[in-house]
Amino acid sequence: MSLTEAATPSLVVSGTRIDIIERGAGRPLLFLHAENGIEPALGAIEALAKGARVIAPTHPGYGRSELPKGMRSVDDLSYFYLDLLDQLDLRDVALVGVSLGAWLAAEIAVKSTTRLSKLVMANAVGIKVGDRETRDIIDIFALTEKEFIEIAYCDPAAGRRDYKALPDAEVLAAARAREATARFAWNPYFHNPQLKSRLHRIRIPTLLLWGAHDRMLSEAYGRAYAALIPGARFEPIERAGHFPHQEQPKVFAEKVLAFLGGK
Amino acid sequence: MRVYQFTEQPYYPTWNDHAGSLRVNLLNRKCDPRVAADLFHRYYDEWQLADGLGLDIMLNEHHQTATCMSSTVVVGLSVLSRITKNARLLVLGYPIGHRPDPLRVAEELSTIDVISRGRLDMGFIKGVPYEFPASNQNPVAVMDRFWEALDFIIKAMTTHDEIFNWEGAYFHYRQVNVWPRVWQEPHPPIWTTTGSTTQARILGERGYVMATLGSGYNTRPLYDSYRRGHLAKWGRAPGPDRFAYLGLVAVANDKDEARKRGDLVAGYLRSSSIVHVPFRNPPGFLSPEDNARLMRGVMPPRSYTKDRRVIDMRSASVEDLVAAGILFCGRPDEVYDQIVDFCDYCGGMGNLLMMGHAGFLTHEQTVDNLSLFAREVYPRLKAWRQPDAERIAAEAVAAEKPAAARVASVRAGDLVDATISAR
Repeated sequence: MSLTEAATPSLVVSGTRIDIIERGAGRPLLFLHAENGIEPALGAIEALAKGARVIAPTHPGYGRSELPKGMRSVDDLSYFYLDLLDQLDLRDVALVGVSLGAWLAAEIAVKSTTRLSKLVMANAVGIKVGDRETRDIIDIFALTEKEFIEIAYCDPAAGRRDYKALPDAEVLAAARAREATARFAWNPYFHNPQLKSRLHRIRIPTLLLWGAHDRMLSEAYGRAYAALIPGARFEPIERAGHFPHQEQPKVFAEKVLAFLGGK
Repeated sequence: MRVYQFTEQPYYPTWNDHAGSLRVNLLNRKCDPRVAADLFHRYYDEWQLADGLGLDIMLNEHHQTATCMSSTVVVGLSVLSRITKNARLLVLGYPIGHRPDPLRVAEELSTIDVISRGRLDMGFIKGVPYEFPASNQNPVAVMDRFWEALDFIIKAMTTHDEIFNWEGAYFHYRQVNVWPRVWQEPHPPIWTTTGSTTQARILGERGYVMATLGSGYNTRPLYDSYRRGHLAKWGRAPGPDRFAYLGLVAVANDKDEARKRGDLVAGYLRSSSIVHVPFRNPPGFLSPEDNARLMRGVMPPRSYTKDRRVIDMRSASVEDLVAAGILFCGRPDEVYDQIVDFCDYCGGMGNLLMMGHAGFLTHEQTVDNLSLFAREVYPRLKAWRQPDAERIAAEAVAAEKPAAARVASVRAGDLVDATISAR
């Protein structure tokens, strides 16, 4: 299935039209995609839909979603999604995000967990852990795409995309994803200096999933992140790198659904 | 016609010892400060010579690079505003797209304008792609930041009877009152560069001097777009003084020596693009549509000869560079003919930004190059009659194609300070 080939449902939130898909039934699960966009997440979304009503928007600036004027930060994005939760009147929502989507999930949860029941963050970025001269997160904009894939994935074949063979809309979505990610994460680099001191406000059950072969971020970074959220659990996912939902969609979905089931 | 002598002030000793990148990540261990000092003094000497020869002067800045040691153009402007007498001092460009503080820019440039007694030309650019990783300024939406910085600088330079406040999207100031105030009223002339016809039209509406850098036979559509914008806004055609073109110049009385000099000066083009690949095209510099085309392997045509033959300026021969209007090279008569022919193609062009030194061209060769140009070529260029601006602009309007016709835009990373916008 390719989102960009079929007509995708869209939603207008605060005057901005975004793509949004919905799969499955049951308790609501808001899935926040990573910096590489919605396409690589489709397998995980289908797997999650076996146990939840998955609502998966494409972030403003990504895919075909519009970008509101003046939106420049993940903090801005978090208010957009708080509006979306209100607009759809979602309650007891499981909030699940990967990488930049996990950062976004944390930014939402520190502001309000009123509509949330559980939080799952996979290979989350968003905080500064090391000292000022220690780079927590590899500078992906200083890498070629080939170098990035070798660092980000357990199996680089999982990340390679043949742009000459892909549909135009998918190539354009990849180009928009790169630009939108830089817009939100160029400086400060993939983090909000204020976020760390706010994480204690997250008082819902939280799970940190971690693709164990991520070389863009270290596992120590993930464990430090988990330690800042009261009661958060940390679970590695083997044979996966920075995008575990993409490399191990079934394992990813099983772990998420097990956590939501209370196990 | 005015002619501005330009060198990037290169640290050329490392040009053959760089492991694949001359910019951003070439370790500064490779820079011997004693060698750098000698080079700086040599370049200032050559500019002083240019001043004495009646030429004007252009300076620029780049960052973390052996292609250009001038990492803050204000230093060179400061030295030259004191040691030169008559030359106009053009900065092209001052990279306000990534400079943190436009108030500081306004203060520096006002001071230079005063010390030089009104000889400053202010060229503002957004900055080349590879300097966004170096400066950490976000390359996405850089043009919004550029325009706000420029508007602020103009207001800071033209406000004399009140102290003003500025709370914009990017910059905040509460008590703005720049000392010293500018010498030239209302402010020193504003220049900028572009490789985009959309942007060129906007520049025409603003009336700034528009420079294109090494754009060769892609230049005319840019100028015509400027002409249409200028005519629509001001009701008259822009004169040739609104246009500037950066070309490489190598002149000698001996044909073989001229060719040799041309080859050395072209070292600038060959070294300029030696940059670690991911730094060449940071996100947001090109539109997503253009980036998608690049990802598919569609490369925009780079440079054309007059007869529409594609050449790659990074590897082209002296002959091809001459044919492409990028290098003016030969005996004085030939160089004059080449420049005039190119200006004619442009429909008039009043400011030649002459790269009269680059790379391994020696001091002696540079002195001879400049002296010969000033003596044998420049007086004839000044006497040359530019095409009728009103006629050319009227033709540009008549020839305007529907909006869909898109000129092959020059890629931002290919040129010195090219394209304040490729968007």
